[in-house]
Amino acid sequence: MARDYIRILPWGTTLPRRALYNVHLDPWLLLGLGTIVAFGLVVLDSAAGENSTILASQAMRIALAAVAMVAAAQLEPRIYLRWTPVMYATGVLLLVVVLVAGATAKGAQRWLDLPGLPRFQPSEMMKLAVPLMIARMLHGGPLPPRFLHLLTALALVALPAGLIAMQPDLGTALLVAAGGLAVVLLAGIRWRLVAAAGALAALAVPILWPFLHDYQKQRVLTLLNPELDPQGASWNIIQSKTAIGSGGFLGKGLHNGTQSQLDFLPESHTDFIIAVIGEELGLVFVTLLLALYLLVVARALFMAVRVPDAFGRLAVGGLTLIFFCYVFVNIAMVSGLLPVVGVPLPLISYGGTSAITLLAGFGIVMSIYTHRSTW
Amino acid sequence: MAHRSSDSKRPVRFAKRRDHLVEHVEHEQAAFAARTFVVFLILAALFCLLIGRMVWLMVVKHDEFSTRSDENRIHTKTLAPPRGLIYDRNGRLLADNQAVFSVEVTVEYAGDLDATVAEVAALVDLSADEIDAFRARVASKRRPLQEIPLKLPISEQERAIIEVNRHRLHGIFVKPKTVRHYPYREAMAYAVGSVRRISEQDVQNLDTGRYQATRFIGKRGVEAFYEQSLHGKPGWQRVEVDARGRELGELSSQQPDAGQNITLHLDANLQIAASEALGDRRGAVVAIDPATGGILALVSKPGYDPNLFVAGIDPDQYAALANSRDTPLLDRATRGRYAPGSTFKPIVGLAGLSLGLTDWQRTVLDRGEFRLPNQSRAYRDWSWRPGNAGGQGACDLHRAIYRSSNVYFYELGSRMATDALPDFAAQFGYGRVTAIDVADADPGLLPDSEWKAGYKGESWYPGDTVNLSIGQGDLLATPLQLATVATVIANRGLLLPPRMLKSSDGPLAEFVPEPPRRVEGPTAEDWERLVDAMQDVVHRGDLGFQQNGTAWFYIGREIAYPMAGKSGTAQVVKIPQGQEYDEEELDERQRKHAWFIAFAPADAPRIAVSVLVENGGGGSSVAAPVVREVIDAYLLPRLAGNEEWAAAGNFRSVGAYAAP
Repeated sequence: MARDYIRILPWGTTLPRRALYNVHLDPWLLLGLGTIVAFGLVVLDSAAGENSTILASQAMRIALAAVAMVAAAQLEPRIYLRWTPVMYATGVLLLVVVLVAGATAKGAQRWLDLPGLPRFQPSEMMKLAVPLMIARMLHGGPLPPRFLHLLTALALVALPAGLIAMQPDLGTALLVAAGGLAVVLLAGIRWRLVAAAGALAALAVPILWPFLHDYQKQRVLTLLNPELDPQGASWNIIQSKTAIGSGGFLGKGLHNGTQSQLDFLPESHTDFIIAVIGEELGLVFVTLLLALYLLVVARALFMAVRVPDAFGRLAVGGLTLIFFCYVFVNIAMVSGLLPVVGVPLPLISYGGTSAITLLAGFGIVMSIYTHRSTW
Repeated sequence: MAHRSSDSKRPVRFAKRRDHLVEHVEHEQAAFAARTFVVFLILAALFCLLIGRMVWLMVVKHDEFSTRSDENRIHTKTLAPPRGLIYDRNGRLLADNQAVFSVEVTVEYAGDLDATVAEVAALVDLSADEIDAFRARVASKRRPLQEIPLKLPISEQERAIIEVNRHRLHGIFVKPKTVRHYPYREAMAYAVGSVRRISEQDVQNLDTGRYQATRFIGKRGVEAFYEQSLHGKPGWQRVEVDARGRELGELSSQQPDAGQNITLHLDANLQIAASEALGDRRGAVVAIDPATGGILALVSKPGYDPNLFVAGIDPDQYAALANSRDTPLLDRATRGRYAPGSTFKPIVGLAGLSLGLTDWQRTVLDRGEFRLPNQSRAYRDWSWRPGNAGGQGACDLHRAIYRSSNVYFYELGSRMATDALPDFAAQFGYGRVTAIDVADADPGLLPDSEWKAGYKGESWYPGDTVNLSIGQGDLLATPLQLATVATVIANRGLLLPPRMLKSSDGPLAEFVPEPPRRVEGPTAEDWERLVDAMQDVVHRGDLGFQQNGTAWFYIGREIAYPMAGKSGTAQVVKIPQGQEYDEEELDERQRKHAWFIAFAPADAPRIAVSVLVENGGGGSSVAAPVVREVIDAYLLPRLAGNEEWAAAGNFRSVGAYAAP
């Protein structure tokens, strides 16, 4: 049964497709994510200046995330369906606790120190909880949803997003909001309404402007005019564009990027790692990486389409779009298309809990897909 | 689309709605697929936007960002060439380069400049003046990432303290530097000149490429004149730096070409001897080797220590020098303008001979006074006293020179055509610079009718020529010019343009040799008889006051070699008609300037000297002994056949002038 086998290794070893399916994993998704992770470790080795502690720590984190993914894939979708409201409610509660009593890091309250638990960011888990919650909320009603449902969905999105924005963590707030809105979008909404919402958002910018923090305003202004303060606020973006631009078609070679290796590029192994890829590996690998991300997104969306259940489809679609948002916002920010917000490049940037969240999200995606027959 | 029925509630609910649900679910799934496809197209488009952005940055703007990246990491530093050394004729170092350490600040890396300066001040001794000077340098135009000197030099101990604390001093660097050092200090201040810190005005006139790493530029004397050759050609070094400005390694470099080493005609021993002979008096000594025109000594007093200017003189010290009544910053030897007085008489005599207005036999009766026809004004002899006309009696040219008769030359000058005397005198270098390589030498002033019409708006009167013929009136000359005159007479009419440069490693662009020129007019016999007369100035003695040479009493006794000389006494203030010049009554600053020019040995000259003592009084009594001392110092050891001994400086201690 040639169709049931998939070539994974070059020397012809084959794995039974069914075998993977039976442990609720998707080979294409695994292949795509695995390639990205492997590529990420190679780049991180260079970006972190061959610092073995960083590399080992990242490998550990990835391993943990992989375990989380496999574990999440084993849970049946109905469990997610049942526990989503609890997860959502707990998340919102924790966000409130963070605002009241959270630990402060880099001037923002994002972390929660709970006794007996490792430090964690409740906002991270909302990246999963919000799309699941919206999917659950909408799947029970008529699809496409009625206007009232839409409003409820928007409220459910706005509550956690608002709480996160107050920390302040605009990047995560936007991602969480994007995840929720993606579900609404996939649930079916008139394009006219989407356009209206977009226009409304554009109108909201000048109204919201006075409420932004100074550093946030600064970042927007910097985007519009990078030469404003080259030694200060614009330093990051100027250096990252210089790194990417100087990489050219084929790059300067791994470990040879002068911008990153000589510390001109700030955050080179965390949020700005795409600049290292651009500088050292050039346009070719940046394009390949983008293609890889798009492949993962395409496969996940294909999986969503094949899920018979509305909750499953919407949840898979929402989680996938969050992943896409990560990639897009990060690269657009580093290349100077968007203001600087704290969004890492998924599965490649060092640190944070995003790798665990994202892979756990893909675990849910695989769970929903591979449990199709059990609905 | 089978649903598991383990959940107790759900199947019931689904079962009720199953009929229309199946249809609806399939319809909804198809609609979802369509929506997802549209969304995917949007995502793909957004990715294309990202790729487009990358292409824009990495392909279209690649060159720009490559350049920017290289500018980030590569600093091209100019390496200052070591300045050429300056030696005297015997190989003694007159200007060398000393290794010191300086504290420098790169403002871009320093962050808070005030805090940085305060931190350095806590470690090393920083005066308020030094901090002010630093701030001024920071405020002035500078290149990006330029290191700005904060303190130079620092002691070994301070250097160690800074190195220990370096990790917390951002933007602070201790740099090895070389600074110019003048071991002879005051003694050579004017002869060698000095370098000074490059000022903002200098920068506008400089080839900034060549001077990028250079902090000092020759401002006086030889240092100024041969700046281009002494400076050398800078090298460069391309180093890779990280974001904090730390140098990681050299990428490529080109070593600088050191400046040319220069050997001068100066004789350090003679310079010191001349300086000591002058003592504390204000004045100048210039000695020239008649065979080459090489300047053996160039002394101006009072002087200053040129090393002060290298280290960066403090404003009070500078003000004291600049405002001093003794004008120590004025180089009297090359820029001091004085009436030559009677030292001009030999030239007037030669002019008379050349013009056919006199010969060696013709006598003039000197009764101490001369009047132009139909004029009441009396031009007096130097020996004139109220109630005693004085005068040198009947003088031929020979006697007129050794007795320095004013009346003889008044009478001779009065018969000369307008401008005939200035035209003749110009051949000796009056009124122009004949020196080849003396920076900023003053041309003096040789008045003629054209000058007078232009400058004073008056026509030339016969009285002007009369005044001129005893070296007064508007005639002005520098000690260097009079040493040149002595050289011309020593060479019997051959003017060798004076020069500082004796030799160098290679040809120097600045040195444009000028051919010797011969003074037209006098015959060979005229020159010899003039030298005889000038020898009598020194040697004719023991014959009674009216018969002795004017300088004999002061220098002519116990002299080991024949010297030819001529005294001069230049009036500083006009003495009203009929009044006596009484030295005692005049303020010291209004006393006459004493001149003496001489060369020796008279028959085969090896040194020609001019000495000026400001407000010194009589040329013979004050300036002549200085000349004698200078020539003795130079000639006696050499005449004894002991040139090596003389060159070794055994008869004068250099140590007294060497740096402590």
